[in-house]
Amino acid sequence: MIQMQPHIRLTDVEMIFSRPDGEGENIHALGPVNLDLHHGEFFAVVGPSGCGKSTLLELMIGLTTPTRGNITFEGQPIRGSCPDGIGVVFQEDASFPWLTVRDNIAFGLRRMNLDRQEQESRIEKALTMMGLEDFHNVYPSQLSGGMRQRVCIARTLVTQPRLILLDEPFGALDQQTRLLMGDEVLSLWRKTGATIFLITHALDEAAMLADRIGVMSSRPGKLIDVITTNWPRDRDSKIVEQEEFGHITSRLWRSLRAESMKAIGKKHVAS
Amino acid sequence: MTKAGIIRIALIAMLLIGLESLVLMGRIDPLTMQAPHKMLFDLVSILQTGKFNKSIIKTLSNAGVAFLIALILGVIVGLVIHRLKRLREVLDPLFATYYAIPVFSFYPLLILLLGLGDAPQIFIAVMLGFVAVVVNTLNGIDRVPLVFLKTARVSSMGPFETAIKIILPSASPYILTGAKFAVAYSLIGVIGAEFIMSTGGMGYEISFAYNNFDNATMYPLIIIILFVSISINLMISRWEKALLVRRGLK
Amino acid sequence: MNFSTKRMFENMFWLILFVLIIWQILYWLVGDIALRSPWTTFQFTAKFTATDQFAIHLNESIKAFSLALMIATFAGLSIGLLLGLKQFAREIFEPFLIAIYSVPKITLYPILLLVFGLGLSAKVAFGAIHGVIPIALFTLNAVRNVKPILLKSARVMGLSTLETAYKIIIPSALPEIFSGLRIGFSLTLIGTLLGEMFASQRGLGFLLMNAIGLHNVDIIVMLTFLLVGFAGLAGLILLVINQKIYSAN
Repeated sequence: MIQMQPHIRLTDVEMIFSRPDGEGENIHALGPVNLDLHHGEFFAVVGPSGCGKSTLLELMIGLTTPTRGNITFEGQPIRGSCPDGIGVVFQEDASFPWLTVRDNIAFGLRRMNLDRQEQESRIEKALTMMGLEDFHNVYPSQLSGGMRQRVCIARTLVTQPRLILLDEPFGALDQQTRLLMGDEVLSLWRKTGATIFLITHALDEAAMLADRIGVMSSRPGKLIDVITTNWPRDRDSKIVEQEEFGHITSRLWRSLRAESMKAIGKKHVAS
Repeated sequence: MTKAGIIRIALIAMLLIGLESLVLMGRIDPLTMQAPHKMLFDLVSILQTGKFNKSIIKTLSNAGVAFLIALILGVIVGLVIHRLKRLREVLDPLFATYYAIPVFSFYPLLILLLGLGDAPQIFIAVMLGFVAVVVNTLNGIDRVPLVFLKTARVSSMGPFETAIKIILPSASPYILTGAKFAVAYSLIGVIGAEFIMSTGGMGYEISFAYNNFDNATMYPLIIIILFVSISINLMISRWEKALLVRRGLK
Repeated sequence: MNFSTKRMFENMFWLILFVLIIWQILYWLVGDIALRSPWTTFQFTAKFTATDQFAIHLNESIKAFSLALMIATFAGLSIGLLLGLKQFAREIFEPFLIAIYSVPKITLYPILLLVFGLGLSAKVAFGAIHGVIPIALFTLNAVRNVKPILLKSARVMGLSTLETAYKIIIPSALPEIFSGLRIGFSLTLIGTLLGEMFASQRGLGFLLMNAIGLHNVDIIVMLTFLLVGFAGLAGLILLVINQKIYSAN
């Protein structure tokens, strides 16, 4: 079913931080940003470090309020708390070391008043979807980094979110594992039908996974380009072999190169 | 048993044997230090006659109560202070120099306020132990990864629930470190007060025995206290280690 | 004056104010029978510290404390350095140190009294046993935590053992060692004081114990005030030095 309303809409969103001791200029971290995410799409954001990608995510989960502009999710404004129906996977490992994998996942259901049977069935489904069935009684410290991120993803999945935000979830993993995790995220996306918003600094990851890719400028971050990939829905990592993949990554880098140099303080030399 | 463990036992054995021989040879005056074997016999006979059971129970139970109060109060205060950053900044130097304060000088004041019962001792013992718990709790809360707190907010957890479900479990190994200090300080507070004010309990009995050259009573009582404090400390350390192992940190 | 120094003085001001207010309130609640007001205490202190009697006891305490501190520092640093560098020795002895640290040392006082008798040596012993263990433990950890990569670089650069100790180990471990010294300072102070309370006829600790026995509230409050003030001041200075060392690292 095609929804006409965007799933989440950012209008003129800006984030300006004031300095803690009241001295010096304010920090214009983000914006203005205007963005519509469509229901069920896979949207990736790439940008140089410090451009405000993580701030953008925090705004979308209601952890911070924008200095200007507003954000609506499913038509309702987001105000200071994380709306129902949004799930997030952070960059750092958020698995609780004192709980087993199963209990970590069950934690996600805390907020919902489900009966015992429903809870158990959702936990089992999440364990299966993330390939953790054999590890349900194990503690996170006994798992690899990639497995721990899967636990965090599973914890989000049990709430059956309609929008899933991922903040560089595979940042700490090696390249090969990242590619495989990318396939898993795609399969997850298809199975759940959720809208996915992925922040990544890896261009190939964005190019391979997303329907649309937003390119952010250096601070203050603004969307300077949005590329549509036109990939089929049933794609996987094998599309890196296609010519189109190369075109997309080149286009991304062209937009991004100048911004990245600004971010590390170099002057842009036209080539 | 590790190699180091065996050597440790051997060293203790050598120390005891050395002590034993020095006393038996008359090199050490039995009025000063007893032979280890005699200490052991005296210990057994004291426990058998039960002559000091009341004192032992009094001291240990007062210390126990003080420990629990210091621990619970310390953790709660630690949680509260952590949220009030300015307050913490201001109190930091106080915490750093707290243990040089002669807490026993408050004893007379406390007796006047709380009467001659067990309350003043327990209060002093709590005063001693509670800051160690606060400092270690603050340290533990500092180390809670930011992403855990973000997860709590995203799950719409209020401050109370976050403290119980996330902050305390995460900080627990460090809180246990504080608990170990609280054990020692509770005993110091109670026994020291008993030394000063002679109101009964093991501190009083040890002091009395000392003044009467009664080593047969004094040494066993001291050994009991040492034994209790070392065992409890070891138990807490084991627990602490188990928590850290579960996190893959040791 | 930069921002953080200004802040530190502000904080100190609030802390001292806070303490004085609590003190005054307690005095109003309890009265002259158990406490003196801050102002009365200051006056009494000014008068009493000028007397000869006070000077004698003060000197006695200074003597005992300095000796205890020197012994605790020297012994603590040596033990800590040795155990920090030699892994096998550390494995054997560290649990002993930790066990002794966890014991309420006040329990050992009668034994120390029997061994040293009443007087200066007992007090110094009390003080030293309180301070030596934390200094040893902190030094041990500081030395053991020197990054292996630094020691490797020292070997590669051909430094001798002594040079490595001076140029790499000590500078690298200094911040943590100094933290241990700070704690050792406080604990040695209280240990010496307790020693004077139980084992001596002279010194500030003796004065305090005496005053408690005679219920001389003026002296009790004055001594507490002086000791807390001294500990606070010394502690603050050490804290500032500690922070400087940490930031230099």
